[in-house]
Amino acid sequence: MGTAHAASEEVRELQGKTDFSSDQIEHLHWRFKQLSGDQPIIRKENFNNVPDLELNPIRSKIFRAFFDNRNLRKGPSGLADEINFEDFLTIMSYFRPIDTTMGEEQVELSRKEKLRFLFHMYNSDSDGRITLGEYQNVVEELLSGNPHIEKESARSIADGATMEVASVCMGQMEPDQDFLKIWQGINIETKMNVRFLNMETMALCH
Amino acid sequence: MALQMFMTFGSWNCLLLLVALEYSKASSDVNESANSTAQHAPNAWFAASSSEPDERISVFELDYDYVQIPYEVTLWILLASLAKIGFHLYHKLPGLMPESCLLILVGALVGGIIFGTDHKSPPVMDSSIYFLYLLPPIVLEGGYFMPTRPFFENIGSILWWAVLGALINALGIGLSLYLICQVQAFGLGDVNLLQNLLFGSLISAVDPVAVLAVFEEARVNEQLYMMIFGEALLNDGITVVLYNMLIAFTKMHKFEDIEPVDILAGCARFIIVGVGGVMFGIVFGFISAFITRFTQNISAIEPLIVFMFSYLSYLAAETLYLSGILAITACAVTMKKYVEENVSQTSYTTIKYFMKMLSSVSETLIFIFMGVSTVGKNHEWNWAFICFTLAFCQIWRAISVFALFYVSNQFRTFPFSIKDQCIIFYSGVRGAGSFSLAFLLPLSLFPRKKMFVTATLVVIYFTVFIQGITIGPLVRYLDVKKTNKKESINEELHIRLMDHLKAGIEDVCGHWSHYQVRDKFKKFDHRYLRKILIRENLPKSSIVSLYKKLEMKQAIEMVETGILSSTAFSIPHQAQRIQGIKRLSPEDVESIRDILTCNMYQVRQRTLSYNKYNLKPQTSEKQAKEILIRRQNTLRESMRKGHSLPWGKPAGTKNIRYLSFPYGNPQSAGRDTRAAGFSDDDGSNPGSPSITFSAHSRIRSLQKQQAPEIIPMKSLRRGGKTLSFGYQRSTSQEEHMGGSRRVALRPKPPFHAVDEEGESGGESEGEAFAVRSRWTTDRGHGRDYHRSHSPLLQRK
Repeated sequence: MGTAHAASEEVRELQGKTDFSSDQIEHLHWRFKQLSGDQPIIRKENFNNVPDLELNPIRSKIFRAFFDNRNLRKGPSGLADEINFEDFLTIMSYFRPIDTTMGEEQVELSRKEKLRFLFHMYNSDSDGRITLGEYQNVVEELLSGNPHIEKESARSIADGATMEVASVCMGQMEPDQDFLKIWQGINIETKMNVRFLNMETMALCH
Repeated sequence: MALQMFMTFGSWNCLLLLVALEYSKASSDVNESANSTAQHAPNAWFAASSSEPDERISVFELDYDYVQIPYEVTLWILLASLAKIGFHLYHKLPGLMPESCLLILVGALVGGIIFGTDHKSPPVMDSSIYFLYLLPPIVLEGGYFMPTRPFFENIGSILWWAVLGALINALGIGLSLYLICQVQAFGLGDVNLLQNLLFGSLISAVDPVAVLAVFEEARVNEQLYMMIFGEALLNDGITVVLYNMLIAFTKMHKFEDIEPVDILAGCARFIIVGVGGVMFGIVFGFISAFITRFTQNISAIEPLIVFMFSYLSYLAAETLYLSGILAITACAVTMKKYVEENVSQTSYTTIKYFMKMLSSVSETLIFIFMGVSTVGKNHEWNWAFICFTLAFCQIWRAISVFALFYVSNQFRTFPFSIKDQCIIFYSGVRGAGSFSLAFLLPLSLFPRKKMFVTATLVVIYFTVFIQGITIGPLVRYLDVKKTNKKESINEELHIRLMDHLKAGIEDVCGHWSHYQVRDKFKKFDHRYLRKILIRENLPKSSIVSLYKKLEMKQAIEMVETGILSSTAFSIPHQAQRIQGIKRLSPEDVESIRDILTCNMYQVRQRTLSYNKYNLKPQTSEKQAKEILIRRQNTLRESMRKGHSLPWGKPAGTKNIRYLSFPYGNPQSAGRDTRAAGFSDDDGSNPGSPSITFSAHSRIRSLQKQQAPEIIPMKSLRRGGKTLSFGYQRSTSQEEHMGGSRRVALRPKPPFHAVDEEGESGGESEGEAFAVRSRWTTDRGHGRDYHRSHSPLLQRK
């Protein structure tokens, strides 16, 4: 980690912004460099270095999520072409495990952030609403173009799903209310987090 | 159903027949033994009295002694196998109780017969036979089928739990029993501390693998699974090491001679034995991997090499009093990766099945022998000892589980909940290992050996039957409490989305704990080890090599059966076009949910399904197979749609393309009409690729590789075609490019016909391969194939 000393203020700055520990930042930086081939920025093509993603049916949405300006907090819509390390960290910060020792407010805030991330995943045209079409698109991707399922069924599944949630507004789904309603049953805190490098575990096992 | 009942009936009939046969054989043996003693006398009598010994040639003779041992052993194994068949015929049974239950029952049955007929059972079990022949296959199988990635991820926790847990259990049970023995009232005063410690060590050997089959049905989370599996794997090794050490201690005649130095030496020895064994295993693993590099031409000996080297590692380690079990486990783990790539397809299958078979045989023999010794006269029943043993086993296991996990939870990101710990505690089922060690106690050092054996048997029976049968419902009960409401469609969708998302992000951030070590190891592996140990320059991606194997299987299947297995599917008519605000009826919801569960992509499963008694396809294989099937379906779709050209190819160009291929298919005309007006259906077909410029050159080079098989004119035309491909789904370009890049890395597989196209055609290489596979599949399948798929192609 030769760059550690030179970039230590950077690290601290990033720490402040994204709440990662310095070890986690180093580890993610290492990974960033791996993905980008030692460049300071990542483009979409770089994600092809991740072989396991090939098998993931929603990979296109995941890629989009990395470049989505709303997730990067850079604007209301649109896609960035490339992201630098700070942006990378920003995206990753959506997946930090929720620290239950934080205050009630903080927990609620993090939960909202995660939900917003998910909402942006569904809402591909960035208009702040999820239309039935977009929902259908998600369903289709999950079914991944199995030719035995026709568009008709995908559509009706999406219909059924919307029906379940919004008995009132059928055509669209607004963030924060309807979306929250759907996700209420699902415990986001435990599901949507990724175990980032935990230094103690490493020490124990080395 | 009737067939099943018939088969069960048939198998029970066979069982009875065998029993009868054994009985008759047993009784004849009784006669024979009576005869044999008399034989020596009659021989003399014969010689003396008969004046013409040559003429007295008996037409029919019976010499049972000659074949007794192998005959009976074979009969036992066959009996157990028949019982297993019967066991599995009734589907629910394997989920209810572990298979060990069945084996024990069969053993008890055989024991009963042998006891009843007063037969002398063959000497299957003595120390050298057990340690040299029966134990290695069991351990080898455990090590070979171990899922390495999750194991090494959790290795810290697993080592902590397995090693310390075994030690705590052994010492705790031993000491508590010693205290009990001090109480005069129980009449156990002559059992000294060392004997108690030894007994403690052998009774703490759990065999939870037997229970894993029950877990499978209840879908226990992966961490839990790995804990239990890891414990089972390392447990044998640790217990045997402890046992041997304590036996060595016991052999030192005077208890007072044991000084602290000896105890320290014992601990140091423990470590050396473990580490040394592992080193041996790794070395032998590498040697065998290296040798399989050169065995292309004599693939028949590949399984032999694998088995012999593993066994050799065990024996070599045992020679130096190192832990043979750990050696053979390490050998299997090391060897597996490289050997699997080097050996031929059939050897690969052979190795897997043979390993399962050997371990199954060993285990069967041990259990049957256990049953045989249950029913017999060599028991000593001591109420106090047995009850306290049972109690202490449970108590100490609970203590060790809760204490150790409390500590390790501090260090884990995802701590084990109390429920998980309860499940781990309850899964402490003893098995064949404990019994063997108890049986092999040297009588000279253990005058009260019978009591120990009895106590061991009681504990085994109790844990296997009572715990084994109730753990299924317990897990379900604990699980059900968490998610007792049925998921709505939304939730199912969202949860699946979340899983995929999480898996994707984890992949992107390169996240697995200890990834650094793993990454470094992988680099080292790629740079040096693979060059030395792997046969040719095989593709590096595991996905691709997996595809290769699957494709060959698929290709053979396809040619043979003509129809690819695909999930049957029926459209719910009611769920279409829901007008207005209307609640979906429960049947609709059900049918939709069924569709979803059948058809959504499986998330990369990390809870691997491990079954000790069966070879199920690995989950990664299942998933890759699923992807392969879907891609091939997509391919067929694209072929049927007019060769995956949604922007509408004029018929003329099509004909020119397929100059050399028989195009006179009656179905093709029908397909052409369908080919028109498909523009809106691309969305549903991610297989139809969008190829960018940069991929074009790659396709070209790949096509050039395949030049002898493709008419050059076609390739030119295709080249032109690729240039004009539009960006149908801009978001999917990159990954398809990645896919094509990956595919291009593959060398020419020996199978030129179907498999290559099957994998690559649908994706990025466009028609070149679509054509060829269409051609070959037409050849292979004829009409049935198309007919079966046309009903599904109802377009609006």
